[in-house]
Amino acid sequence: MIERLKAIVGAEHVLTQQEDLIPYAFDGTAALKQMPAAVVFPGNTTEVAAILKLARERRVPVVARGSGTGLSGGSVPVPDALVLGLGRMSRIIEIDTKNLTLRAEAGVVTQTIFDEADRVGLFYPPDPGSMKISTIGGNVAENSGGLRGLKYGVTRDYVIGLEVVLADGTVCWLGGKCVKDVAGYNLRDLFVGSEGTLGVITQVLLKLLPKPAARQTLLATFDAMDAAAETVSAIIAAKIIPCTLEFLDRRTICCVEAFAKVGLPVSAEALLLIETDGHPLAVAEEAAQIETLCRKHGATNVRRAADAAEAQQLATARRSAFSALARLKPTTILEDATVPRSELARMVRFIAEVGQRHRLDIATFGHFGDGNLHPTFLTNERDAEEMHRVEAAMKEIFEEALRLGGTITGEHGVGLAKRAFLRGQLGEGSYALLRTVKQALDPDGLLNPGKIFE
Amino acid sequence: MSAPKLRSLDYSVLQQCMHCGMCLPSCPTYAATGRERHSPRGRIALMRSMADGELKLTPTFAEEMSYCLGCLACTSACPAGVDYGTLLETARAEVETERVLTTSRRDFLRWLTMRVLFTRPRLLRFAGRLLWLYQVTGLQRAARKLRLTRLLPRWLRESESLTPTIRRKFSNALIAPVERPRDGVVRRRVLVLTGCMQDLMFSEINRATVDVLLENGCEVHTPPVQFCCGSLHAHNGDHETALFLARRQLDEIDPFAFDAIISNAGGCGSHLRHYGKLLADDEHYAARATEWSRKLRDIHEWLVEIGFRPPPRGSEKSDTMRVTYHESCHLCHGQKVSRQPREILRALPRVELMECVEANWCCGSAGIYNLTQPATASWLQRRKVGHLRATGAMVVATANPGCHLQIENGIAQECGGAMRIAHPVVLLAEAYHDERASTMDAGGKQHPTRFPITLQE
Repeated sequence: MIERLKAIVGAEHVLTQQEDLIPYAFDGTAALKQMPAAVVFPGNTTEVAAILKLARERRVPVVARGSGTGLSGGSVPVPDALVLGLGRMSRIIEIDTKNLTLRAEAGVVTQTIFDEADRVGLFYPPDPGSMKISTIGGNVAENSGGLRGLKYGVTRDYVIGLEVVLADGTVCWLGGKCVKDVAGYNLRDLFVGSEGTLGVITQVLLKLLPKPAARQTLLATFDAMDAAAETVSAIIAAKIIPCTLEFLDRRTICCVEAFAKVGLPVSAEALLLIETDGHPLAVAEEAAQIETLCRKHGATNVRRAADAAEAQQLATARRSAFSALARLKPTTILEDATVPRSELARMVRFIAEVGQRHRLDIATFGHFGDGNLHPTFLTNERDAEEMHRVEAAMKEIFEEALRLGGTITGEHGVGLAKRAFLRGQLGEGSYALLRTVKQALDPDGLLNPGKIFE
Repeated sequence: MSAPKLRSLDYSVLQQCMHCGMCLPSCPTYAATGRERHSPRGRIALMRSMADGELKLTPTFAEEMSYCLGCLACTSACPAGVDYGTLLETARAEVETERVLTTSRRDFLRWLTMRVLFTRPRLLRFAGRLLWLYQVTGLQRAARKLRLTRLLPRWLRESESLTPTIRRKFSNALIAPVERPRDGVVRRRVLVLTGCMQDLMFSEINRATVDVLLENGCEVHTPPVQFCCGSLHAHNGDHETALFLARRQLDEIDPFAFDAIISNAGGCGSHLRHYGKLLADDEHYAARATEWSRKLRDIHEWLVEIGFRPPPRGSEKSDTMRVTYHESCHLCHGQKVSRQPREILRALPRVELMECVEANWCCGSAGIYNLTQPATASWLQRRKVGHLRATGAMVVATANPGCHLQIENGIAQECGGAMRIAHPVVLLAEAYHDERASTMDAGGKQHPTRFPITLQE
């Protein structure tokens, strides 16, 4: 098997030594670890197809991997798996400024996509927290969200075509540059968010937008969590859709400030980071309206970013929130329970109550504008008793999210971390339909087995 | 005190890494290979496996620890605050005590440099003097011309071409043990550390350091014979000698007697700051070491802290000089001093500071990395020189002797030395010197002197 792999991609692109494999036994998810049998780095789609054919012949499970920053265990290997690292496939194939599209190989880093679009006056909005290193293939496979979800949607909303290699090695193109295209089933969307369980995405065709002419960032400080939640409701009720509406609680503020040193108010109970973008006049008007609404609903201070550099600093600081929380306790478990926006305040209160009841340390931050919360457990994986309480609390939070009409995962995916809760959310009929699809496309169960389904 | 081991390390230091991957884009070796093993979180995973007893101390592990530049860029990128520096030093010390990479040549070289030369300041200067003689008598030119260097074994031949030029005068010949400001008004007492490389190859930078301190009201103490700070040893797994040298330093210099202890080399400063931590368990030295760490300042940091006097901007609008700044890794990532050198450069008359892409990326020097990992070092060197040239600057300012040499060599190879490399403090000293020259010279003519070297009474 190893010799055949070497023949396909070249010996230097196959890893089998223990020291080489240990760093591929995990991704960005806490407390999950499994050694793979080997790691292989194909250089193009043909090689990916050959590897999948070989894997099928030998009945070897295959786990696709970009940069390994996922947060649901999507790229954590399964026992005896072959890890398929797509980092070498990192070419941007085309930027079409006439049709506003960008075609790239799966291993291109998300930030590079943003920068390349930006260079020609275009805009790729999805901005997951790890965009500086995550790959576009990983983003599409997990249907990643980000800070701009409220106004601009998520990765799925920008994928208009993709190339995927199926379990038997067949290469398929799904979608294309046409804005309207109803030929056949919309299978492209089937692969967006499929978490490597249906095929391996090797190329993506992305839709780009014109770059907004202006943007303004505001930072509003509150001395009560409820006041921040009410402000969010008021902004939405005033029919303003900012591009970013982020929330940080006190613990998160302190950790982020300790790392980023951007002058966040560390004594505040809650903080809203708000960005509006678009036509300069509209931005100015919206920013003024938002500021008024913040003050009306109890903001103790509203600060405007002086320039693009400061705005960038604040967004970068916010993106570091999850990792910065790791300063406090050995293990940091990040969840992404999501509820309809109207239920936010209730959900935030529930999380605080659960934390108290189970004697757990939970920090909360998240994308308040779209209802996507990140309750984060600060714990220690080596403390079995406490981990037991974490599991119990997590279960309650998911159940409450579902009761409020929400979802167990807004943007991280099911992977290994949420698979026990999926059936509960989907119900028997929908869950069975997912299984039917999986069996149709991967009858031998070799593509990222054990993910999504129990 | 026994050498540290990964297994006996506080486990929470290892656990601090939550493998989120935020470090990956900052790591030059990960950029070079795209392999997780060559990334910070990958290396920490290997260390953790060792601590957990899942991985043995193999030569591959040892080589990986040596492949790391130790540039600490990951520590600036890490939101979780992982202490990668301690992890790497611990792992490297374990590699050395277990003698995993041992060969007779490697052992001899490590013994000669780390145990013999860099523990005896007078012997080191003597070796420097011999090397200087080899260079000034024309022997080096002759040897290179006659290709006698070909007779050397390959590893030595490659290092020979990197041999830096030794200065005729070392620091003790340029700086008096105590110097006072010209106007006699002493506002602060400081001690200047002259370093080893800095002393032999860049003694004028030490002189300039003293000059700018004098200009800013400091009484400057500069012991003529100083021990190596031990950073070379700590960064390369010789924990025992690092401890020995830290203690010698504290025997010779009383930190309680000064307002600040000044380092002007990024690599040394980064280690010097940690004496407090290094000797925390040593009952005889702990208090002194803590005081030392409290007083230790990088020269730029100190100048900004005391509100240095900006040199006059000059009335005439003469041509501006474009300067770009390369950050020494151990200054910006190790000591988190990044803003202050730029503040000094911006304060210089007629200087336009051009920011360089990847200014805080390693140049490949990384201590002795250009000797141990020449391929990656020269890849980084070319990348660095490319970015520096793209700024259009004539002067590259940088504050670490290793970077200075590496960039100087790189520029000599790529564009025949068309750029000047200078420590920011040298540029500041020159500006003060020009100011004095123009006030003394009634005609207003300026004397542009490259190095204002004067031994004060």
